[in-house]
Amino acid sequence: MSETDIQADVTVDAIGSACPGPLMDLIGKIKDVDDGTVVELLTGDEGSKNDVPEWVEEANHELLDIVDEGEHWAIYVKKT
Amino acid sequence: MTDRIVIVGGGSGGTITANRLAEELEPEIEAGDVEITIVSDNPNHLYKPLYLYVPFGEATLEDTKRPLVDLVDRRVNLVFEHVTEIDTDGKQLAMANGEAMDYDYLVVATGAIPEPEETPGLGEDEPGHHFYGPDAATELREALANFDEGHLVLSVIGTPHVCPAAPVEFPMIADQWFRERGVREDIEITYTYPIQRLHGVRPTAEWMVPRFEERDIQTKTFFNVDNVEDGTIETLEGKELDFDMMIGVPEFTAASIIEEAGLGEEWMEVDRNTLESEHAEDVYGIGDVTNLPTSKAGSVAHYASGTLVSRLSSEVRGQTPTETFHGKTICFIEAGTEEGTFIEFAYDREPVVRDENRFLHWSKLGYNEAYWLTARGVM
Repeated sequence: MSETDIQADVTVDAIGSACPGPLMDLIGKIKDVDDGTVVELLTGDEGSKNDVPEWVEEANHELLDIVDEGEHWAIYVKKT
Repeated sequence: MTDRIVIVGGGSGGTITANRLAEELEPEIEAGDVEITIVSDNPNHLYKPLYLYVPFGEATLEDTKRPLVDLVDRRVNLVFEHVTEIDTDGKQLAMANGEAMDYDYLVVATGAIPEPEETPGLGEDEPGHHFYGPDAATELREALANFDEGHLVLSVIGTPHVCPAAPVEFPMIADQWFRERGVREDIEITYTYPIQRLHGVRPTAEWMVPRFEERDIQTKTFFNVDNVEDGTIETLEGKELDFDMMIGVPEFTAASIIEEAGLGEEWMEVDRNTLESEHAEDVYGIGDVTNLPTSKAGSVAHYASGTLVSRLSSEVRGQTPTETFHGKTICFIEAGTEEGTFIEFAYDREPVVRDENRFLHWSKLGYNEAYWLTARGVM
């Protein structure tokens, strides 16, 4: 378990969604929001810890943090 | 008092469920204790997997449809009307003709609707084609018939999409189809996928890699199509790809009545084991409309219908339902025009993809005919 001070502007709850659901849910949200928006992705799929940072780098957004919430992970991405 | 079971939707989930319920509850129906009704806005049942074959001239639109009256058990009432509203508190449907229909148990089977219009440049009379509907598949058939040189790109745009194997199959069928027509040397084929591998189902992605290489099908990953201009695809990642023919697997959505009725924000939210609505009593979901964490495939609706029929029949009889669904899914995968394979998986079990062979290709073609027995609830 860990904590973060990051304040998300929007949250995408993809807990229970199977791969590639969480990453695709994040991509769909990033597509819709303005630059500078911080998106929090909640995911229960451990693969997201690798998939999401890879895509964020590919798409030139900013990965702010990955927080282990015990039953799931919260991944914070800023659209640039 | 008669229990009224109303099923909204006449696709695979709705039709199979209705037919199996009619069989299971025959004594109750005969006694007047149960009444089953399908409400569908289409008098025809569509077997959508055949749309994959239409562009290659291997199936016609007539092959894809049968009248519901020919498929549905005579003990099931059929109402051809569009449902405009679901009132789960009052247990009532509103229909486009202004009439209302009361229910005691509701099965929502309204499917997934393609949304090519969500991607600028994709759709009928646009530069980007798709094959997830009769008109689009027909338009693509003509375009392919006249395509003998240039760059063909197949892009998976939205996930989840229906028929999860279709984007895998299309480039491999196209490869062989162009070879048979003697034009493959003049055509470059590229397949693109939104995430970092070739398919969401990992073993399928691993199966694809050597086969696409053997066939000289180029691939691009982390490729999220943003728009399709004349001759160029632009992505969210800032990439550009030129094409002479573009085929997109569009985004899909649930019917708007799902969100309006409070049954789910995006897809109908159901318990993944009982298929009961997370938000309303005596309401069940089946098939592509649901948020079940598996593929949107007809086989899911087929297998889930067994659970739904068992649980609903128990409820009607005043018994405690016991059967549960664990995500069983089967998809055939065509590896060209002469060989195929299949995958079988469940919520907690990844598939093993075996080598393709001719027998499984013919099995798939055979099942395309036998499907109508599945729709009748026979197999």
